[in-house]
Amino acid sequence: MAVKVIIPTPLRAYAGKQESVEVQAATVGEALAALTGKFAELKKHLYADDGRLRSFVNVYVNDEDIRYLQKDQTAVKAGDTISIVPSIAGGARD
Amino acid sequence: MATKTGIPTGSATTKTAATLSKQEVMRYSRHLIMPEVGMEGQLKIKQAKVLCIGTGGLGAPLGLYLAAAGVGRIGLVDFDVVDSTNLQRQVLFGTSDVGRPKTEAAADRLRNLNPEIQIDTFDTHLSSANALELFNDYDIIVDGTDNFPTRYLVNDACVITGKPNVYGSIFRFEGQITVFGYPGGPCYRCLYPEPPPPGLVPSCAEGGVLGVLPGIVGTIQAAETLKLIIGKGEPLIGRLLLFDALAMKFRELKLRKNPECSVCSEHPTLTKLIDYAEFCGIRGEEGPTTVTNVPEITSRELKTRLDRGDDIYILDVREVHEYQICNLNGHLIPLGELSRRVHELDSSREIVAHCKSGKRSAQAVEFLRGAGFKKISNLKGGIVAWSDEVDPNVPKY
Repeated sequence: MAVKVIIPTPLRAYAGKQESVEVQAATVGEALAALTGKFAELKKHLYADDGRLRSFVNVYVNDEDIRYLQKDQTAVKAGDTISIVPSIAGGARD
Repeated sequence: MATKTGIPTGSATTKTAATLSKQEVMRYSRHLIMPEVGMEGQLKIKQAKVLCIGTGGLGAPLGLYLAAAGVGRIGLVDFDVVDSTNLQRQVLFGTSDVGRPKTEAAADRLRNLNPEIQIDTFDTHLSSANALELFNDYDIIVDGTDNFPTRYLVNDACVITGKPNVYGSIFRFEGQITVFGYPGGPCYRCLYPEPPPPGLVPSCAEGGVLGVLPGIVGTIQAAETLKLIIGKGEPLIGRLLLFDALAMKFRELKLRKNPECSVCSEHPTLTKLIDYAEFCGIRGEEGPTTVTNVPEITSRELKTRLDRGDDIYILDVREVHEYQICNLNGHLIPLGELSRRVHELDSSREIVAHCKSGKRSAQAVEFLRGAGFKKISNLKGGIVAWSDEVDPNVPKY
């Protein structure tokens, strides 16, 4: 099923500078695997060495945090939007 | 929902019921004639005490609107001085303020805007030693800082003192806004239990920021602060607002209180402030990974050697747009592309790598040494040092 993954600004450099990428997937885990398959450099920004999602990166299906759904196993259906939301600290000092 | 919130303001010193002077009635008349604020709301605003952490890009519009709205007491915490690179977005300051402490310049501007209110200035770093005492004197804390250690410090101190944390952060043209630390609501650690390791997420200094973005985000923080004070509307509690200025889109995500949160859960493991620089894996302000054990060359040495005709290949690992600002005529391969473009380099030649200040190129040197390059060194202090020590015509950015 085609789902849209929204790439946040800080990670766009590792995803061909795209704002969003469409992938075929039935779960969040599959969608992220398809994404990092396309853009290998994204992988180390999303996953720690132990293979778990990094703790400063959250993933949402539509407006729900997958930590409170079925995590990687969360099912996605056509038309769903997956958002990757990393922490950003800027307040714009120089 | 309308009156679910509402911060008990003026709690530290219960004064006799506040009133508005004739001048204040005039000044705030556009609030007073609006039923959602009215006299009751305006008196709450007058009695409110708000502490702004940071008077930079976010703190500027925030401070201006809170002062204009008549927030009775505004605290400003910032250790920095105004710099000319601030003026692109920090609209509290003018060109004549360059070199002044930010809190002092900001206080002058806000007192001029509204002499009816009290401005407290704290020309200091917010730290684990002073945060709790400072926060205790205020009703609402607004986080407009620019680094992870202070973000976690503000969060933890808000949870410990029970103060709401009106949060805003920005990167390039994207912002995140929410209210953390409201009783029963999530905190920053519920969303992000840990910070990114240094160097993985670029700072504004490295990544840049659209000047108007902190204006928009800081203004939203001001709106949320005023809503909390008057107890009206639906505050951004349990909701993370994402804003993209390029797409001009707002999105909203649900935030949940993490039942296992280390600070705000029923059984917190963290009950006092810690060393936040250590927690974030860095010392002080300079975030990004510092690779220290690579061979270095100073800009003066490089100049001398180039002048005498030594064959040195200059490798510039900055981004294309930085190269367009100024360059040393080097071969440009942005750090992020180095691993797949390494074949463009000749390992038999002597290479000097540089970036803006020497950090990214140190990573490049370390990487290339690992890839078998032997004759490679890092330009100490980057192109900024070149501008300082060799050629002042090279602009600094």
